[in-house]
Amino acid sequence: MDIQTATFLIVGLTFIVYIGIAIWSRAGSTNEFYVAGGGVHPVANGMATAADWMSAASFISMAGLISFLGYDGGVYLMGWTGGYVLLALCLAPYLRKFGKFTVPDFIGDRYYSQTARTVAVVCAIFVSFTYVAGQMRGVGVVFSRFLEVDITTGVIIGMGVVFFYAVLGGMKGITYTQVAQYCVLIFAYLVPAVFISIMMTGHVIPQLGFGAELADGSGTYLLDKLDGLSRELGFTAYTDGSKATIDVFFITAALMLGTAGLPHVIVRFFTVPKVRDARSSAGWALVFIAILYTTAPALASFARVNMIDTINGPDAQGTAYEEAPSWISNWEKTGLITWDDKNGDGRMFYAGDERNEMNIDRDIMVLANPEIARLPVWVIALVAAGGIAAALSTSAGLLLVISTSVSHDLLKRNLMPNISDRQELLYARLAAAAGICVAGYLGINPPGFVAQVVAFAFGLAASSFFPAIILGIFSKRMNKEGAIAGMLSGITFTAAYIIYFKFINPAANVPDNWLFGISPEGIGTLGMLINFAVAIGVSRMTAETPQPVQDLVESIRHPKGAGGASAH
Amino acid sequence: MAFKTKEQAAAYWKANIRLMLTLLAVWFVVSYGFGILLVDLLDQVRFFGFKLGFWFSQQGSIYTFVVLIFVYVARMNKLDRDFGVQEDDS
Repeated sequence: MDIQTATFLIVGLTFIVYIGIAIWSRAGSTNEFYVAGGGVHPVANGMATAADWMSAASFISMAGLISFLGYDGGVYLMGWTGGYVLLALCLAPYLRKFGKFTVPDFIGDRYYSQTARTVAVVCAIFVSFTYVAGQMRGVGVVFSRFLEVDITTGVIIGMGVVFFYAVLGGMKGITYTQVAQYCVLIFAYLVPAVFISIMMTGHVIPQLGFGAELADGSGTYLLDKLDGLSRELGFTAYTDGSKATIDVFFITAALMLGTAGLPHVIVRFFTVPKVRDARSSAGWALVFIAILYTTAPALASFARVNMIDTINGPDAQGTAYEEAPSWISNWEKTGLITWDDKNGDGRMFYAGDERNEMNIDRDIMVLANPEIARLPVWVIALVAAGGIAAALSTSAGLLLVISTSVSHDLLKRNLMPNISDRQELLYARLAAAAGICVAGYLGINPPGFVAQVVAFAFGLAASSFFPAIILGIFSKRMNKEGAIAGMLSGITFTAAYIIYFKFINPAANVPDNWLFGISPEGIGTLGMLINFAVAIGVSRMTAETPQPVQDLVESIRHPKGAGGASAH
Repeated sequence: MAFKTKEQAAAYWKANIRLMLTLLAVWFVVSYGFGILLVDLLDQVRFFGFKLGFWFSQQGSIYTFVVLIFVYVARMNKLDRDFGVQEDDS
């Protein structure tokens, strides 16, 4: 069986499963459409949250990114997991007790203000569209690489599948397909990682192989070998960083706080039956995420040693191009590896200085791993299915936030308060359908700045939602004037900084010009501090919070009496 | 009111905040402390084939995060029962 047949078979099978689940779990009310009826088991919700959270970028790009960054890659590992501690301890249980459908619901009610609600809706829609465009692109890329259809066809197939289960099933359909998608993607990630770990270190568990001696009998530790190789080739040692400490600190914080402020993650905790389920559900989500996130850095180091050894040869003199393994020429066709024989010796050489002749795309580390490790074709097909599952699950979660924001926050709670539940459900489905079309369009015609706006989305979430929600729970004194002023100043500062360095004057984007040496990726943390400072300052100078709102805050602080999520 | 007295409500909230801050202190120390600020110092120590600071940054902090959440869940569920504000098993 060739790779393409195997891929069609495995990807097709997973699609049948997703569609079958969608038909079984279609939504009959807004309650089911928005929060799956509030009856999802915490472990299942943890799995769904993990699939929701881990995007095509986590699956395809992260290990490769770490493999090129070494120690500095730790910002992504800590940043994208540490946020769950904040979610579990500071946000999820209280928002579940609050018991509405969306983040703008909370902001609007807690700050007794339509302005605050509108600011939150605009942020939620913007953040979600930014993300979803990248996901659709990911589906297209995986399709085109493994099934040899063009990217546009790939995006349209992906849109069709998401359309089917998101529009039909709403949150209920999405939750149970995400559980299935998590199983597919984690299996697809672990199988090659385990094989490579055994091959290189003799350990079955990649996390142990990461810190073990190489299996070649040399008695050298994997990471020592990698540090040695890196230095010889003119890179910084793998386990040392090259970013400034303050920048590493701020980027990590921005990613953590952004994670805890992302609407499509927060809304998942509205789907469980009880407050204590919201607490444990965050724990389960992190367990399922940690399985992939602790494997990724191990995979990154295995793949890097493997790659350097393959290209530079055992004697570090370069490998003759004719003798190169077939995966190099396979991936050369896609343009992800290029070789430029600068010194004309017919040998490939990879280095961090002027001796370098290779240009290697970071995505190849996960996608080509099964071929590098000479694994059977079904494993390669499985990786394709895993990449598609990661992209589909995240896009579905984001589309739901978009459709809920439009039908619930904008129409029901703002413009058309008199519509019935059935009408609202219809609008939710229409908004989801429209959202998929826009996302598909952005996937086929990606704006040049998709990669840059990811930093934007995290920075925005960190500097707007996170302080507003935290203060809303932990400070009764916080009033609408403070919250709105805080959100606006946090967002404006963060957006201005990012827009300046990423779009207006990208040439100036070097550490010397940065404020306190903080890169645009990490500036959301400073934006958050400004938000907190402005919000607290303004609230001390303006009218006190009304008594009913103080009672609301009092009531979300303990679990007793939490009912199911409701619209009113 | 779910609490019998105002003092009960205040005591519950105080215990909750104290637990949260203690766990967040650990959260901060393993990631920002061991993984970032003290990384060069800890890298002097070997932990199997890892430098210790590097291990905290790429492995240890994540394991600690998982443990922290489950400690929080267990402690909070107990606190809820002690103050009689747990959810009814319906």
